[in-house]
Amino acid sequence: METGTSRVKRGMAEMQKGGVIMDVMNAEQAKIAEAAGATAVMALERVPSDIRAAGGVARMADPTIVEEVMKVVSIPVMAKARIGHYVEAKVLESLGVDYLDESEVLTPADEVFHIDKRDFTVPFVCGAKDLGEALRRISEGASMIRTKGEPGTGNIVEAVRHMRLINSQIRSVQSMSKDELYAEAKNLGVAYDLLLEVHENGKLPVVNFAAGGVATPADAALMMHLGSDGVFVGSGIFKSENPEKFARAIVEATTHYTDYKLIAEVSKNLGTPMKGIEISKLTPAERMSDRGW
Amino acid sequence: MKVGVLALQGAVSEHIRSIESTGAEGVAVKQPEQLLDVDGLIIPGGESTTIGKLMRKYGFIEAVRQFSSEGKPLFGTCAGLIVMAKEIEGGEEPHLGVMDISVSRNAFGRQRESFETDLEVKGLEEPLRAVFIRAPLITAVGDGVEALSTYNDEIVTARQGHLLVSSFHPELTDDVALHKYFTEMIQASKSASK
Repeated sequence: METGTSRVKRGMAEMQKGGVIMDVMNAEQAKIAEAAGATAVMALERVPSDIRAAGGVARMADPTIVEEVMKVVSIPVMAKARIGHYVEAKVLESLGVDYLDESEVLTPADEVFHIDKRDFTVPFVCGAKDLGEALRRISEGASMIRTKGEPGTGNIVEAVRHMRLINSQIRSVQSMSKDELYAEAKNLGVAYDLLLEVHENGKLPVVNFAAGGVATPADAALMMHLGSDGVFVGSGIFKSENPEKFARAIVEATTHYTDYKLIAEVSKNLGTPMKGIEISKLTPAERMSDRGW
Repeated sequence: MKVGVLALQGAVSEHIRSIESTGAEGVAVKQPEQLLDVDGLIIPGGESTTIGKLMRKYGFIEAVRQFSSEGKPLFGTCAGLIVMAKEIEGGEEPHLGVMDISVSRNAFGRQRESFETDLEVKGLEEPLRAVFIRAPLITAVGDGVEALSTYNDEIVTARQGHLLVSSFHPELTDDVALHKYFTEMIQASKSASK
Protein backbone atom coordinates (compact mmCIF):
# COMPACT_ATOMS: atom_id res chain seq x y z
CA MET A 1 0.00 0.00 0.00
CA GLU A 2 1.45 3.37 -1.06
CA THR A 3 0.14 6.87 -0.40
CA GLY A 4 1.08 10.12 -2.13
CA THR A 5 2.17 8.47 -5.42
CA SER A 6 2.02 10.58 -8.54
CA ARG A 7 -0.89 8.42 -9.79
CA VAL A 8 -2.87 9.05 -6.60
CA LYS A 9 -2.13 12.79 -6.71
CA ARG A 10 -2.80 13.30 -10.42
CA GLY A 11 -5.82 11.00 -10.24
CA MET A 12 -7.36 13.21 -7.59
CA ALA A 13 -7.19 16.14 -10.05
CA GLU A 14 -8.68 13.99 -12.80
CA MET A 15 -11.73 13.39 -10.61
CA GLN A 16 -12.30 17.16 -10.64
CA LYS A 17 -12.61 17.32 -14.44
CA GLY A 18 -15.61 19.11 -15.88
CA GLY A 19 -16.15 20.64 -12.46
CA VAL A 20 -16.11 24.03 -10.79
CA ILE A 21 -13.88 24.78 -7.78
CA MET A 22 -15.13 27.73 -5.77
CA ASP A 23 -13.40 30.17 -3.40
CA VAL A 24 -15.13 30.35 -0.01
CA MET A 25 -14.36 32.40 3.09
CA ASN A 26 -16.41 30.59 5.73
CA ALA A 27 -18.48 27.49 6.49
CA GLU A 28 -21.72 29.05 5.30
CA GLN A 29 -20.30 29.87 1.86
CA ALA A 30 -18.77 26.40 1.64
CA LYS A 31 -22.22 24.84 2.17
CA ILE A 32 -23.72 27.08 -0.54
CA ALA A 33 -20.93 26.06 -2.94
CA GLU A 34 -21.41 22.33 -2.21
CA ALA A 35 -25.19 22.58 -2.60
CA ALA A 36 -24.72 24.34 -5.94
CA GLY A 37 -22.63 21.42 -7.26
CA ALA A 38 -19.03 22.60 -6.75
CA THR A 39 -16.55 19.70 -7.05
CA ALA A 40 -14.26 21.29 -4.43
CA VAL A 41 -13.89 24.48 -2.44
CA MET A 42 -10.85 26.69 -1.86
CA ALA A 43 -10.85 27.91 1.74
CA LEU A 44 -9.56 31.48 1.98
CA GLU A 45 -9.49 34.36 4.41
CA ARG A 46 -10.21 36.86 1.62
CA VAL A 47 -11.13 36.41 -2.05
CA PRO A 48 -8.67 37.87 -4.59
CA SER A 49 -10.64 41.08 -5.22
CA ASP A 50 -10.57 41.84 -1.48
CA ILE A 51 -6.86 41.03 -1.35
CA ARG A 52 -6.36 43.58 -4.12
CA ALA A 53 -8.44 46.16 -2.29
CA ALA A 54 -6.75 45.58 1.06
CA GLY A 55 -3.16 45.72 -0.23
CA GLY A 56 -0.27 44.72 2.06
CA VAL A 57 1.06 41.19 2.41
CA ALA A 58 -1.43 38.36 1.75
CA ARG A 59 -0.67 35.11 3.59
CA MET A 60 -2.07 31.62 4.19
CA ALA A 61 -5.57 31.70 5.74
CA ASP A 62 -6.16 31.36 9.48
CA PRO A 63 -6.26 27.57 10.11
CA THR A 64 -9.58 28.06 11.95
CA ILE A 65 -11.27 29.01 8.66
CA VAL A 66 -9.78 26.01 6.87
CA GLU A 67 -10.86 23.61 9.63
CA GLU A 68 -14.31 25.11 9.82
CA VAL A 69 -14.79 24.57 6.07
CA MET A 70 -13.43 20.99 6.23
CA LYS A 71 -15.93 20.20 8.96
CA VAL A 72 -19.06 21.19 7.02
CA VAL A 73 -18.52 19.82 3.50
CA SER A 74 -17.92 16.31 2.14
CA ILE A 75 -16.27 17.53 -1.09
CA PRO A 76 -12.50 18.12 -1.18
CA VAL A 77 -11.12 21.26 0.47
CA MET A 78 -8.18 23.15 -1.03
CA ALA A 79 -6.13 25.96 0.50
CA LYS A 80 -3.48 28.41 -0.69
CA ALA A 81 0.13 28.77 0.43
CA ARG A 82 2.46 31.56 -0.70
CA ILE A 83 4.86 30.80 -3.57
CA GLY A 84 7.98 29.26 -2.02
CA HIS A 85 6.49 29.07 1.48
CA TYR A 86 7.30 25.45 2.38
CA VAL A 87 6.11 25.84 5.97
CA GLU A 88 2.70 27.31 5.14
CA ALA A 89 2.21 24.34 2.79
CA LYS A 90 3.30 21.82 5.47
CA VAL A 91 0.98 23.48 8.01
CA LEU A 92 -1.97 23.19 5.64
CA GLU A 93 -1.07 19.58 4.86
CA SER A 94 -1.00 18.79 8.58
CA LEU A 95 -4.56 20.12 8.90
CA GLY A 96 -5.67 17.50 6.36
CA VAL A 97 -6.35 19.83 3.43
CA ASP A 98 -6.99 17.74 0.28
CA TYR A 99 -5.15 19.93 -2.24
CA LEU A 100 -2.69 22.80 -1.95
CA ASP A 101 -2.49 25.80 -4.27
CA GLU A 102 0.95 27.42 -4.41
CA SER A 103 -0.62 30.67 -5.42
CA GLU A 104 0.39 33.99 -6.92
CA VAL A 105 -2.77 35.46 -5.36
CA LEU A 106 -0.82 35.56 -2.09
CA THR A 107 2.36 37.60 -1.75
CA PRO A 108 5.33 35.41 -2.78
CA ALA A 109 7.61 34.32 0.07
CA ASP A 110 10.46 33.44 -2.28
CA GLU A 111 11.31 35.24 -5.51
CA VAL A 112 13.59 32.49 -6.83
CA PHE A 113 12.46 29.07 -5.65
CA HIS A 114 9.07 27.44 -5.73
CA ILE A 115 8.15 24.75 -3.16
CA ASP A 116 9.56 21.24 -3.75
CA LYS A 117 6.13 19.73 -4.14
CA ARG A 118 7.40 16.16 -4.40
CA ASP A 119 8.10 16.35 -0.70
CA PHE A 120 4.35 16.27 0.10
CA THR A 121 1.73 13.52 0.33
CA VAL A 122 -0.99 15.99 -0.62
CA PRO A 123 -1.14 17.12 -4.26
CA PHE A 124 -0.50 20.66 -5.51
CA VAL A 125 -2.06 22.88 -8.14
CA CYS A 126 0.03 25.74 -9.56
CA GLY A 127 -0.65 28.62 -11.91
CA ALA A 128 1.00 29.02 -15.32
CA LYS A 129 0.96 31.61 -18.09
CA ASP A 130 2.68 29.45 -20.71
CA LEU A 131 3.90 25.93 -21.44
CA GLY A 132 7.37 26.51 -19.94
CA GLU A 133 5.94 27.64 -16.63
CA ALA A 134 3.46 24.73 -16.58
CA LEU A 135 6.20 22.13 -17.18
CA ARG A 136 8.55 23.69 -14.61
CA ARG A 137 5.82 23.41 -11.99
CA ILE A 138 5.13 19.79 -13.02
CA SER A 139 8.87 19.03 -12.67
CA GLU A 140 8.67 20.36 -9.12
CA GLY A 141 5.78 17.96 -8.48
CA ALA A 142 2.58 19.88 -9.32
CA SER A 143 -0.27 17.42 -10.06
CA MET A 144 -2.60 19.96 -11.61
CA ILE A 145 -2.09 23.20 -13.56
CA ARG A 146 -4.37 26.20 -13.86
CA THR A 147 -4.02 29.39 -15.86
CA LYS A 148 -2.97 32.35 -13.77
CA GLY A 149 -5.32 34.75 -15.47
CA GLU A 150 -5.51 37.99 -13.53
CA PRO A 151 -7.22 37.09 -10.23
CA GLY A 152 -9.77 39.37 -8.61
CA THR A 153 -10.36 41.46 -11.73
CA GLY A 154 -13.52 39.80 -13.06
CA ASN A 155 -11.81 40.16 -16.45
CA ILE A 156 -11.35 36.94 -18.43
CA VAL A 157 -8.86 38.31 -20.97
CA GLU A 158 -5.68 37.12 -19.22
CA ALA A 159 -7.00 33.59 -18.59
CA VAL A 160 -7.91 33.40 -22.29
CA ARG A 161 -4.44 34.60 -23.25
CA HIS A 162 -2.75 31.99 -21.02
CA MET A 163 -4.96 29.07 -22.14
CA ARG A 164 -4.53 29.96 -25.82
CA LEU A 165 -0.78 30.33 -25.45
CA ILE A 166 -0.36 27.00 -23.64
CA ASN A 167 -2.46 25.21 -26.25
CA SER A 168 -0.71 26.77 -29.22
CA GLN A 169 2.69 25.95 -27.70
CA ILE A 170 1.56 22.34 -27.21
CA ARG A 171 0.52 22.13 -30.88
CA SER A 172 3.85 23.54 -31.95
CA VAL A 173 5.78 21.05 -29.77
CA GLN A 174 3.67 18.22 -31.20
CA SER A 175 4.72 19.11 -34.74
CA MET A 176 8.45 19.29 -33.97
CA SER A 177 10.93 16.61 -34.94
CA LYS A 178 12.71 14.86 -32.07
CA ASP A 179 15.99 16.72 -32.65
CA GLU A 180 14.19 20.07 -32.49
CA LEU A 181 12.82 19.14 -29.07
CA TYR A 182 16.26 19.45 -27.41
CA ALA A 183 16.56 23.09 -28.48
CA GLU A 184 12.95 23.75 -27.54
CA ALA A 185 13.54 22.31 -24.04
CA LYS A 186 16.37 24.82 -23.68
CA ASN A 187 14.20 27.70 -25.04
CA LEU A 188 11.34 26.91 -22.69
CA GLY A 189 13.62 26.16 -19.73
CA VAL A 190 12.06 22.74 -19.15
CA ALA A 191 13.14 19.11 -18.73
CA TYR A 192 13.51 17.28 -22.06
CA ASP A 193 11.62 14.17 -20.85
CA LEU A 194 8.54 16.17 -19.95
CA LEU A 195 8.61 17.99 -23.27
CA LEU A 196 8.88 14.65 -25.06
CA GLU A 197 5.76 13.50 -23.20
CA VAL A 198 3.89 16.60 -24.44
CA HIS A 199 5.20 15.96 -27.97
CA GLU A 200 3.92 12.37 -27.90
CA ASN A 201 0.55 12.92 -26.19
CA GLY A 202 -0.39 16.40 -27.42
CA LYS A 203 -1.41 17.50 -23.95
CA LEU A 204 0.00 18.32 -20.54
CA PRO A 205 0.68 15.25 -18.37
CA VAL A 206 -1.74 16.64 -15.74
CA VAL A 207 -5.15 18.31 -15.95
CA ASN A 208 -5.30 21.99 -16.83
CA PHE A 209 -8.01 24.21 -15.33
CA ALA A 210 -8.94 27.83 -16.04
CA ALA A 211 -8.56 30.42 -13.29
CA GLY A 212 -8.19 34.14 -12.78
CA GLY A 213 -11.01 36.39 -13.94
CA VAL A 214 -13.98 34.03 -14.48
CA ALA A 215 -17.00 36.25 -13.64
CA THR A 216 -20.02 34.83 -15.54
CA PRO A 217 -21.42 31.44 -16.70
CA ALA A 218 -20.45 32.40 -20.26
CA ASP A 219 -16.86 33.06 -19.11
CA ALA A 220 -16.70 29.55 -17.62
CA ALA A 221 -18.11 28.04 -20.83
CA LEU A 222 -15.63 30.04 -22.94
CA MET A 223 -12.72 28.55 -20.99
CA MET A 224 -14.13 25.03 -21.51
CA HIS A 225 -14.50 25.81 -25.22
CA LEU A 226 -10.80 26.75 -25.27
CA GLY A 227 -9.89 23.33 -23.87
CA SER A 228 -9.87 23.78 -20.08
CA ASP A 229 -10.53 20.62 -18.07
CA GLY A 230 -12.56 22.61 -15.52
CA VAL A 231 -12.83 26.00 -13.87
CA PHE A 232 -11.80 27.81 -10.69
CA VAL A 233 -14.07 30.69 -9.71
CA GLY A 234 -12.63 33.07 -7.13
CA SER A 235 -14.24 36.37 -6.40
CA GLY A 236 -16.94 35.86 -9.07
CA ILE A 237 -19.45 33.97 -6.93
CA PHE A 238 -19.50 35.52 -3.49
CA LYS A 239 -18.99 39.04 -4.88
CA SER A 240 -22.11 38.70 -7.05
CA GLU A 241 -25.59 39.76 -5.95
CA ASN A 242 -27.07 36.27 -5.67
CA PRO A 243 -24.23 33.79 -4.93
CA GLU A 244 -26.43 30.69 -4.73
CA LYS A 245 -28.03 31.17 -8.12
CA PHE A 246 -24.78 32.37 -9.60
CA ALA A 247 -22.90 29.29 -8.40
CA ARG A 248 -25.51 26.90 -9.85
CA ALA A 249 -25.45 28.77 -13.16
CA ILE A 250 -21.65 28.49 -13.43
CA VAL A 251 -21.78 24.73 -12.68
CA GLU A 252 -24.40 24.12 -15.38
CA ALA A 253 -22.65 26.29 -17.97
CA THR A 254 -19.41 24.39 -17.33
CA THR A 255 -21.06 20.96 -17.74
CA HIS A 256 -22.97 21.94 -20.88
CA TYR A 257 -20.58 24.47 -22.33
CA THR A 258 -21.70 23.89 -25.92
CA ASP A 259 -25.42 24.18 -25.10
CA TYR A 260 -25.86 27.91 -25.75
CA LYS A 261 -29.62 27.93 -25.12
CA LEU A 262 -29.01 26.46 -21.70
CA ILE A 263 -26.31 29.04 -20.97
CA ALA A 264 -28.77 31.78 -22.02
CA GLU A 265 -31.36 30.28 -19.67
CA VAL A 266 -29.08 30.08 -16.63
CA SER A 267 -27.70 33.58 -17.32
CA LYS A 268 -31.13 35.22 -16.94
CA ASN A 269 -31.71 37.54 -13.97
CA LEU A 270 -28.48 36.67 -12.23
CA GLY A 271 -28.18 40.20 -10.88
CA THR A 272 -25.02 42.23 -11.11
CA PRO A 273 -21.81 40.21 -11.46
CA MET A 274 -18.73 41.45 -9.66
CA LYS A 275 -17.40 44.78 -10.85
CA GLY A 276 -14.55 44.21 -13.29
CA ILE A 277 -11.17 45.92 -13.71
CA GLU A 278 -9.63 46.83 -17.05
CA ILE A 279 -6.21 45.06 -17.10
CA SER A 280 -4.36 48.08 -18.57
CA LYS A 281 -5.40 50.08 -15.50
CA LEU A 282 -3.30 47.80 -13.27
CA THR A 283 0.24 48.92 -12.48
CA PRO A 284 2.96 46.27 -12.98
CA ALA A 285 3.14 45.84 -9.19
CA GLU A 286 -0.59 45.08 -9.10
CA ARG A 287 -0.36 42.28 -11.65
CA MET A 288 -0.50 38.99 -9.74
CA SER A 289 0.16 36.93 -12.87
CA ASP A 290 3.75 38.21 -13.02
CA ARG A 291 4.56 36.56 -9.69
CA GLY A 292 6.51 33.30 -9.99
CA TRP A 293 8.49 32.27 -13.08
CA MET B 1 -20.56 -3.06 -28.82
CA LYS B 2 -21.10 0.51 -27.62
CA VAL B 3 -20.34 1.42 -24.02
CA GLY B 4 -21.56 4.78 -22.71
CA VAL B 5 -19.70 6.81 -20.09
CA LEU B 6 -21.89 9.28 -18.20
CA ALA B 7 -20.23 12.60 -19.06
CA LEU B 8 -21.60 15.12 -16.58
CA GLN B 9 -18.45 15.46 -14.47
CA GLY B 10 -15.38 13.40 -13.62
CA ALA B 11 -12.90 11.01 -15.24
CA VAL B 12 -14.78 10.48 -18.51
CA SER B 13 -11.96 10.38 -21.08
CA GLU B 14 -9.99 7.86 -18.96
CA HIS B 15 -12.92 5.40 -19.02
CA ILE B 16 -13.42 5.90 -22.75
CA ARG B 17 -9.72 5.19 -23.32
CA SER B 18 -9.93 2.00 -21.20
CA ILE B 19 -13.08 0.81 -22.96
CA GLU B 20 -11.53 1.41 -26.38
CA SER B 21 -8.47 -0.61 -25.32
CA THR B 22 -10.78 -3.61 -24.83
CA GLY B 23 -11.88 -3.27 -28.47
CA ALA B 24 -15.37 -1.90 -27.73
CA GLU B 25 -16.55 1.58 -28.70
CA GLY B 26 -16.71 4.22 -25.95
CA VAL B 27 -19.28 7.03 -26.09
CA ALA B 28 -19.55 10.12 -23.84
CA VAL B 29 -23.20 10.33 -22.73
CA LYS B 30 -24.34 13.91 -22.07
CA GLN B 31 -28.08 13.57 -22.78
CA PRO B 32 -30.52 10.85 -21.55
CA GLU B 33 -31.64 10.13 -25.15
CA GLN B 34 -28.16 8.81 -25.90
CA LEU B 35 -28.85 5.83 -23.60
CA LEU B 36 -30.92 4.31 -26.40
CA ASP B 37 -27.74 3.88 -28.45
CA VAL B 38 -25.52 2.17 -25.88
CA ASP B 39 -25.37 -1.41 -24.58
CA GLY B 40 -23.95 -0.63 -21.16
CA LEU B 41 -23.17 2.45 -19.06
CA ILE B 42 -20.21 3.44 -16.88
CA ILE B 43 -20.77 5.99 -14.14
CA PRO B 44 -17.29 7.42 -13.58
CA GLY B 45 -15.38 8.73 -10.62
CA GLY B 46 -15.78 12.39 -9.80
CA GLU B 47 -17.70 14.13 -7.04
CA SER B 48 -20.85 12.15 -6.27
CA THR B 49 -22.73 15.21 -4.96
CA THR B 50 -22.06 17.07 -8.23
CA ILE B 51 -22.84 14.10 -10.48
CA GLY B 52 -26.03 13.26 -8.51
CA LYS B 53 -27.24 16.85 -8.70
CA LEU B 54 -26.64 17.11 -12.45
CA MET B 55 -28.30 13.70 -13.05
CA ARG B 56 -31.44 14.94 -11.29
CA LYS B 57 -31.39 18.23 -13.15
CA TYR B 58 -31.15 16.63 -16.60
CA GLY B 59 -33.53 13.67 -16.22
CA PHE B 60 -30.86 10.99 -15.87
CA ILE B 61 -32.23 9.40 -12.71
CA GLU B 62 -35.36 7.97 -14.35
CA ALA B 63 -33.58 7.30 -17.64
CA VAL B 64 -30.79 5.25 -16.06
CA ARG B 65 -33.25 3.35 -13.80
CA GLN B 66 -35.19 2.44 -16.94
CA PHE B 67 -31.95 1.43 -18.69
CA SER B 68 -31.05 -0.79 -15.72
CA SER B 69 -34.54 -2.31 -15.48
CA GLU B 70 -34.10 -3.56 -19.06
CA GLY B 71 -31.16 -5.60 -17.76
CA LYS B 72 -28.54 -3.41 -19.43
CA PRO B 73 -25.31 -3.44 -17.42
CA LEU B 74 -24.09 -0.54 -15.26
CA PHE B 75 -20.56 -0.11 -13.89
CA GLY B 76 -19.95 2.49 -11.19
CA THR B 77 -16.45 3.44 -10.05
CA CYS B 78 -15.89 5.41 -6.83
CA ALA B 79 -18.43 8.26 -7.13
CA GLY B 80 -20.35 6.03 -9.56
CA LEU B 81 -20.60 3.35 -6.84
CA ILE B 82 -22.11 5.94 -4.47
CA VAL B 83 -24.55 7.08 -7.16
CA MET B 84 -25.75 3.48 -7.69
CA ALA B 85 -26.11 2.51 -4.00
CA LYS B 86 -29.48 2.04 -2.33
CA GLU B 87 -28.23 3.52 0.90
CA ILE B 88 -25.63 6.21 1.66
CA GLU B 89 -24.53 6.33 5.29
CA GLY B 90 -24.95 9.64 7.07
CA GLY B 91 -28.51 10.14 5.86
CA GLU B 92 -27.66 11.51 2.43
CA GLU B 93 -30.44 11.05 -0.15
CA PRO B 94 -29.60 8.09 -2.46
CA HIS B 95 -29.23 8.96 -6.16
CA LEU B 96 -30.05 6.06 -8.51
CA GLY B 97 -30.54 3.58 -5.67
CA VAL B 98 -30.45 0.62 -8.07
CA MET B 99 -27.99 -1.63 -6.27
CA ASP B 100 -28.64 -3.33 -2.97
CA ILE B 101 -25.58 -2.02 -1.09
CA SER B 102 -24.88 0.50 1.67
CA VAL B 103 -21.88 2.77 1.25
CA SER B 104 -19.82 4.96 3.48
CA ARG B 105 -18.36 7.99 1.67
CA ASN B 106 -14.71 9.06 2.12
CA ALA B 107 -14.36 5.94 4.25
CA PHE B 108 -10.56 5.89 4.18
CA GLY B 109 -10.20 9.54 5.19
CA ARG B 110 -8.99 12.59 3.32
CA GLN B 111 -6.74 12.90 0.26
CA ARG B 112 -3.53 12.30 2.25
CA GLU B 113 -4.88 8.82 3.07
CA SER B 114 -5.56 8.03 -0.61
CA PHE B 115 -3.42 5.13 -1.86
CA GLU B 116 -2.73 2.47 -4.46
CA THR B 117 -2.25 -1.24 -3.90
CA ASP B 118 -2.35 -4.63 -5.65
CA LEU B 119 -5.75 -6.23 -5.37
CA GLU B 120 -7.10 -9.70 -6.15
CA VAL B 121 -10.48 -9.57 -7.84
CA LYS B 122 -12.63 -12.70 -8.23
CA GLY B 123 -13.06 -13.47 -11.93
CA LEU B 124 -9.79 -11.77 -12.97
CA GLU B 125 -6.69 -13.86 -13.59
CA GLU B 126 -4.10 -11.41 -12.29
CA PRO B 127 -4.22 -9.00 -9.34
CA LEU B 128 -4.75 -5.45 -10.55
CA ARG B 129 -3.27 -2.16 -9.41
CA ALA B 130 -6.11 -0.45 -7.59
CA VAL B 131 -6.02 3.33 -7.06
CA PHE B 132 -8.20 4.51 -4.14
CA ILE B 133 -8.88 8.27 -4.04
CA ARG B 134 -10.99 9.55 -1.15
CA ALA B 135 -12.71 6.25 -1.76
CA PRO B 136 -16.03 4.92 -0.45
CA LEU B 137 -16.52 1.48 1.13
CA ILE B 138 -19.36 -0.97 0.79
CA THR B 139 -20.52 -1.51 4.37
CA ALA B 140 -23.46 -3.88 3.78
CA VAL B 141 -24.78 -5.93 0.89
CA GLY B 142 -28.22 -7.42 0.24
CA ASP B 143 -29.06 -10.89 -1.03
CA GLY B 144 -27.86 -11.47 -4.54
CA VAL B 145 -24.86 -9.17 -4.19
CA GLU B 146 -21.53 -10.91 -4.53
CA ALA B 147 -18.32 -9.41 -3.10
CA LEU B 148 -15.60 -9.70 -5.77
CA SER B 149 -12.76 -8.25 -3.72
CA THR B 150 -11.96 -7.00 -0.26
CA TYR B 151 -9.30 -4.73 1.18
CA ASN B 152 -8.58 -5.15 4.92
CA ASP B 153 -11.76 -7.27 5.11
CA GLU B 154 -13.92 -4.48 3.68
CA ILE B 155 -15.75 -4.93 0.37
CA VAL B 156 -14.32 -2.81 -2.46
CA THR B 157 -15.69 -4.56 -5.57
CA ALA B 158 -19.15 -6.11 -5.91
CA ARG B 159 -21.60 -7.45 -8.44
CA GLN B 160 -25.35 -7.91 -8.43
CA GLY B 161 -26.42 -9.52 -11.72
CA HIS B 162 -25.91 -6.83 -14.36
CA LEU B 163 -24.58 -4.27 -11.87
CA LEU B 164 -20.86 -3.87 -11.12
CA VAL B 165 -19.18 -1.44 -8.71
CA SER B 166 -15.66 -0.69 -7.48
CA SER B 167 -14.46 1.71 -4.77
CA PHE B 168 -11.23 2.27 -6.70
CA HIS B 169 -10.38 3.69 -10.13
CA PRO B 170 -9.57 1.00 -12.73
CA GLU B 171 -9.55 3.80 -15.35
CA LEU B 172 -6.38 5.35 -13.90
CA THR B 173 -4.08 2.49 -14.92
CA ASP B 174 -3.32 0.77 -18.22
CA ASP B 175 -4.70 -2.54 -16.90
CA VAL B 176 -8.13 -2.89 -18.50
CA ALA B 177 -9.03 -6.31 -17.05
CA LEU B 178 -12.02 -5.00 -15.09
CA HIS B 179 -13.30 -3.06 -18.11
CA LYS B 180 -12.92 -6.27 -20.12
CA TYR B 181 -14.93 -8.09 -17.41
CA PHE B 182 -17.65 -5.42 -17.80
CA THR B 183 -17.76 -5.80 -21.60
CA GLU B 184 -18.24 -9.56 -21.06
CA MET B 185 -21.22 -8.77 -18.80
CA ILE B 186 -22.62 -6.61 -21.63
CA GLN B 187 -22.03 -9.38 -24.15
CA ALA B 188 -23.91 -11.84 -21.92
CA SER B 189 -26.83 -9.43 -21.47
CA LYS B 190 -27.03 -8.86 -25.23
CA SER B 191 -27.11 -12.61 -25.93
CA ALA B 192 -29.74 -13.12 -23.21
CA SER B 193 -32.05 -10.45 -24.66
CA LYS B 194 -31.94 -11.91 -28.16
